[in-house]
Amino acid sequence: MTDAIVNISTASFRPGTSDAEIEAAAAKAAAHRRHAVTFWRLGILVVFLGLWEIAGRMAWIDPFFYAMPSTIAGRLYEWTTEGTSEGPLWYHLYVTMEESVLGFVTGSVAGIVIGVALGRNRMAADIFSIYIKVINSIPRVVLAPIFIMILGLGLASKVALAFVMVFFVVFHNAFQGVREADRAMIANARILGASDWQLTRSVIVPSAMSWIFASLHVSFGFAIIGAIVGEFVGSRYGIGLLINIAKGSFDAAGMYAAIVIVMVVALGAEYLMTLVESRLAKWRPQPLHETQ
Amino acid sequence: MAVEKTAPAIELINVSRRFLSPTGKSLTAIRDFTMTVERGEFVAVVGPTGCGKSTTLNLVTGLARPSAGEVRVMGAPVKGIDPRIGFVFQTDALFPWRTVIENVMAGPVFRGRPKAQAQASARDWLARVGLARFEQHYPHQLSGGMRKRVALAQTFINGPEILLMDEPFSALDVQTRVLMHEELLRLWSEAKASVVFVTHDLEEAIALADKVYVLTAGPATVKSVYTIDLPRPRVVADIRYEQSFIDYSRTIWADLKEEVETSYARAAA
Repeated sequence: MTDAIVNISTASFRPGTSDAEIEAAAAKAAAHRRHAVTFWRLGILVVFLGLWEIAGRMAWIDPFFYAMPSTIAGRLYEWTTEGTSEGPLWYHLYVTMEESVLGFVTGSVAGIVIGVALGRNRMAADIFSIYIKVINSIPRVVLAPIFIMILGLGLASKVALAFVMVFFVVFHNAFQGVREADRAMIANARILGASDWQLTRSVIVPSAMSWIFASLHVSFGFAIIGAIVGEFVGSRYGIGLLINIAKGSFDAAGMYAAIVIVMVVALGAEYLMTLVESRLAKWRPQPLHETQ
Repeated sequence: MAVEKTAPAIELINVSRRFLSPTGKSLTAIRDFTMTVERGEFVAVVGPTGCGKSTTLNLVTGLARPSAGEVRVMGAPVKGIDPRIGFVFQTDALFPWRTVIENVMAGPVFRGRPKAQAQASARDWLARVGLARFEQHYPHQLSGGMRKRVALAQTFINGPEILLMDEPFSALDVQTRVLMHEELLRLWSEAKASVVFVTHDLEEAIALADKVYVLTAGPATVKSVYTIDLPRPRVVADIRYEQSFIDYSRTIWADLKEEVETSYARAAA
């Protein structure tokens, strides 16, 4: 008995194993790991851009088609300081963003409302599901020429295209989220006295929210795709137009520069969305990260 | 015979309930089921797993309708969900996106009470179940026993005259379960509600109830009814060592055992 006690007490006083020391060591290891991750991320980017630049300069790849990071950066600088051949860059960016945001907002609101409505009404869901399946099978981009023909070269046609890109994704997730709502929770709410509308608003929609958010993450990207494809097909302003013009004049650096701009915007939107979601989902043990 | 002024809280009269399985076959969950729960009475229903115990409760709430027979609550046939009924679920039925206090005040708010009133009442109920300090917590931050207490407060705040409980404590560990039994008996003695408590745990049933209904293996019907004449207030933690408790336990188990074995043999076949 005494032996055991002695062993335990010596073990607990072994140097370097007190609570404070263990915590400090763990914090240090975590910081170390974070630094290593950042280092490798930056390292890979630098190596990739460096190789691209060298490959272009050494003529391993043809800079005429593939451009080089330096010429892309130069084009971005030129666009931001002097504007593009079609006017200020900021105006083009503004137009594309306006189209994407309008399409995203209308598409997701419609997707959520109709998704929840059909999710709550089995009969309506059975009737309309076939039509939704049929329309959903149309590749969205083929609608671009039709929208432009009907709605013209302006804002409306791009918003319509962004809308259809967003709508189906959000609709499907909202519908599924409603269907997956916990049955015991629904029964509980009803016995506690919830009316149909109260049930939808304060039980069904909140419980479908994590599904809906998963779709919102990807669908802002889809809204941008819709806007840019619309601009390719016919427009007077927008990032898609810049890409189209760069293509027409074999300006590879211009095309890549436009792509970089879209990337930055999409990442920014994704970041904002994550912020909003983690605010709304503070009740959850761990916030969900992006699905794809 | 004296005419009773007040009708029993719950009457199930020759009730049957059939389900359609996903393949379109008709399954009978309960058959010719008759049960009477007097006002203020605590009734426990025991039976082998999957025999249709929960179905009896759903018939009383109005969430399910009988295929035959009649279900009466306070003397009137069940039409839709009765506001005088409270239900405690086996699984966690709290709303995870609401804080503890928002969960408890859900019932009064759904029923149109002003928010401030509902909040004051919820605070009072949380204090009664010993969770005053956890108002602003979310359900996932609480232990299983604490979540169950929130569920009790959420149900009792509506002042139910009838309390239906579907294996409410089966997911809890044994020590927590005994504490919850004490808690429930205390709340019940204050609220004077009629209780139907469905469980597969015979000792739980005897410790809590005035009457124990033993059901047959499915399709369920009442096999026998035992009146538990143990004095109240009961101390659940100690009552299981009393001779009369052990006698009840032995008698009823002999009865229940046959049904459990039938049910087991069927599942194995």
